[in-house]
Amino acid sequence: MGVSLATAVTEFADEVGTTDPVTITGTGSRGGPVAGTRTVVAPTGIAWIEPAEMTIRCGAGTTVAEVDDALAEHGQCVAVPTGGTIGGALAVGHSGIRRLGWGPVRDTVLQVHYVSAAGEVVKAGGPTVKNVSGFDLCRLLVGSHGTLGFLADVILRTRPLPVHECWYRTDGDPWELLGALYRPVSVLWDGASTWVLLGGHPGDVDAQARSAGLVEADGPPVLPPYRWSLPPAALGELRSELPGTFVAEIGVGVVHHRRPRPRREPDAAIVELHRRLRAEFDPTGRLNPGLDVLAS
Amino acid sequence: MTRVAPAPVVASLAEQLRAVLRPDQVRDAVSEVDLYRRDASNMTGEASVVCFAESTDDVRRIVEVANAVGVPFVARGSGTGLAGGAVPPSGAIVISTAKMNRIVSVDPVNRLAWVEPGVLNLDLSTQTAHLGVHFAPDPSSQQTCSIGGNVANNSGGPHCLADGVTSSHVHAVEVVLPDGSVTILGGEEPEPDGYDLRGAFVGSEGMFGVATKVCVKLMQNPPGVATMLLDFADVAEGAQLVSDIIADGIVPAAVEMMDQLCLRAVEAFIHAGLPVDQAAALLIEVVGLPAEVAAHVERIRTLADHRSVGTIRIAADDTERALLWKGRKSAFGAIARIKPNYYLHDTVVPRHKLPDVLAQVYEIAERHELLVLNVFHAGDGNLHPLLVYDAREPGVADRVRAAGDEIVRVSVGAGGVLSGEHGIGLEKRDLMPLMFSDVDLDAQAALRRAFDPHLLSNPDKVLPRPAGCGDLHSVAGTMDGAWV
Repeated sequence: MGVSLATAVTEFADEVGTTDPVTITGTGSRGGPVAGTRTVVAPTGIAWIEPAEMTIRCGAGTTVAEVDDALAEHGQCVAVPTGGTIGGALAVGHSGIRRLGWGPVRDTVLQVHYVSAAGEVVKAGGPTVKNVSGFDLCRLLVGSHGTLGFLADVILRTRPLPVHECWYRTDGDPWELLGALYRPVSVLWDGASTWVLLGGHPGDVDAQARSAGLVEADGPPVLPPYRWSLPPAALGELRSELPGTFVAEIGVGVVHHRRPRPRREPDAAIVELHRRLRAEFDPTGRLNPGLDVLAS
Repeated sequence: MTRVAPAPVVASLAEQLRAVLRPDQVRDAVSEVDLYRRDASNMTGEASVVCFAESTDDVRRIVEVANAVGVPFVARGSGTGLAGGAVPPSGAIVISTAKMNRIVSVDPVNRLAWVEPGVLNLDLSTQTAHLGVHFAPDPSSQQTCSIGGNVANNSGGPHCLADGVTSSHVHAVEVVLPDGSVTILGGEEPEPDGYDLRGAFVGSEGMFGVATKVCVKLMQNPPGVATMLLDFADVAEGAQLVSDIIADGIVPAAVEMMDQLCLRAVEAFIHAGLPVDQAAALLIEVVGLPAEVAAHVERIRTLADHRSVGTIRIAADDTERALLWKGRKSAFGAIARIKPNYYLHDTVVPRHKLPDVLAQVYEIAERHELLVLNVFHAGDGNLHPLLVYDAREPGVADRVRAAGDEIVRVSVGAGGVLSGEHGIGLEKRDLMPLMFSDVDLDAQAALRRAFDPHLLSNPDKVLPRPAGCGDLHSVAGTMDGAWV
């Protein structure tokens, strides 16, 4: 089954080339390419799915929807937020609202081939879930916005589709719920109401919901457009904000807000590490030129 | 062995360190420094000074001296590493973090804690148990290994099958970078700005700086646990069941396998009533809420029946559960009853290749006239073949090394990887080209240079060195003493 990615990856490397400024795009759902720059797209298609290994290999340009559909046939899914392409989701590195239960998107990546600024195909990581062979370039690439290399193909760790999932809504205190429920998949709070996603065996889900006084809901609330990242212990400070202007992921720290995130100044040592990484991986700054990951 | 650094230089370095630390924190007597020549592997190095850091500031001062003098340094936790990662580079300063063993703060609501790197893995879970949480990575050495070492090696353990290895349980690391600057990589917040420097640091085997505080994720203790022991007349059937369970959509908390030789050694040691006449046993633990645990136990029973399972024993209470786990975790100690020495390997293969690769492991051992025991994280495909031997037997070291080399090659050839949880260190440094091309390795070297431009932090590990640099380490030295 599946496409052969080897040729497509080589051709992709040729397209990225070695000298001129170049940018990459998927479906444009997460910001799209750097304007005014030659644009490339990553290989597409699923090479294979190994249900017993809980792994999938696909081109970075494959849409998340295609991967979700193909995995669903095997009763599996992947902890990558919906929309756009797999490569785009990984390059941006934002996790979905199931992060509390499913873990961050960075933990799904086992192996990648990426095209370096020198136009070479580089492998990072390995095909197995457990692997400590060498430095963890995969995690460095997740969230790097294509400034260290362009993802060509990836092997991702999948997870079983939940047997049963249900959204609930309550006026209860979200932190009390976080303490009382066993591994909720998501706890969202807008300053007035709390939404809870429970998953697992239907009997357990029902019993947990009953004991916490939860009422079934149609789904999660609509998420405001801007994304903040706060220490989870700081979310209580949102009590001073107008209810409904935000939706906070309790126990995680992501806040979806109506206002843009306040600017913050990174630590000097962190800035220096970013400068050195960029100098090592893309000395001429040709990949997604002008993009500042510390401000993205 | 000839000292690399002449005595006057060593004295000078120690004096400089004593000027920035309390004198009793700096040891340079040969009898003391020699205690830090090795970790739990059989490789040895040659430190010049050992410093006992008690704070981030201490570590920063030591690293500043190292930079000023131009000598390498290596951080050391409990020294339980198996790949030579903490073996000192020649003339290096060893920075022991053993005295940095405080749990700094615990947030029971958001389930995270800041700890110093010398905190022992099991102590963290024990001391937070009253809050209903634990630190998930649980290496077999968890009674003695440190959190700092876990971070350096991205350590695993039986219970990492469902919840992931150390990197998934570290939110942030306060580090002294190799240039002496102090910063925090990652953060309590979920999406710190910029690159995932935390992710790059975890598993960097001490080559990207020294961790001085770690913000760890604590997991809820499960309300229900079922610990099952299933035995098989055929190793391959047991190995195949592992794939069947995962393919069925069940990810148990742990799936461990012990083969017959291991079962016998452990049974003689702890008397747990293990199935010593069977070819292999699987220790499977499912955790969670009651309905799911019950459903998974039943489903695993059904799948096991299709794989000719012998008996299925389910721990009746916590005491029996603890006994079964004691059997698994004391395997390495029990092995001393068979032969005085062993060499423990650590590779990963795709789960569906387990039956085939295990058969090859037995064949390789037999061909080299060695005994092999297998006790491993079957759910992860993480093999731990133990080659047991008596070092006094002439020529045995060469056979052990040759067999080990073949096992690694067979694993990688089957689509696996060099190491699942022990790391590369010195042990597998020169095998890295089995998995990575020169271009791949150049990228890893670039990452390392970004963190450590002057290559002072635990140099000569992980990345194979270009030919002609000389060999400062007795990597292929004699195997002296028991492996662990």
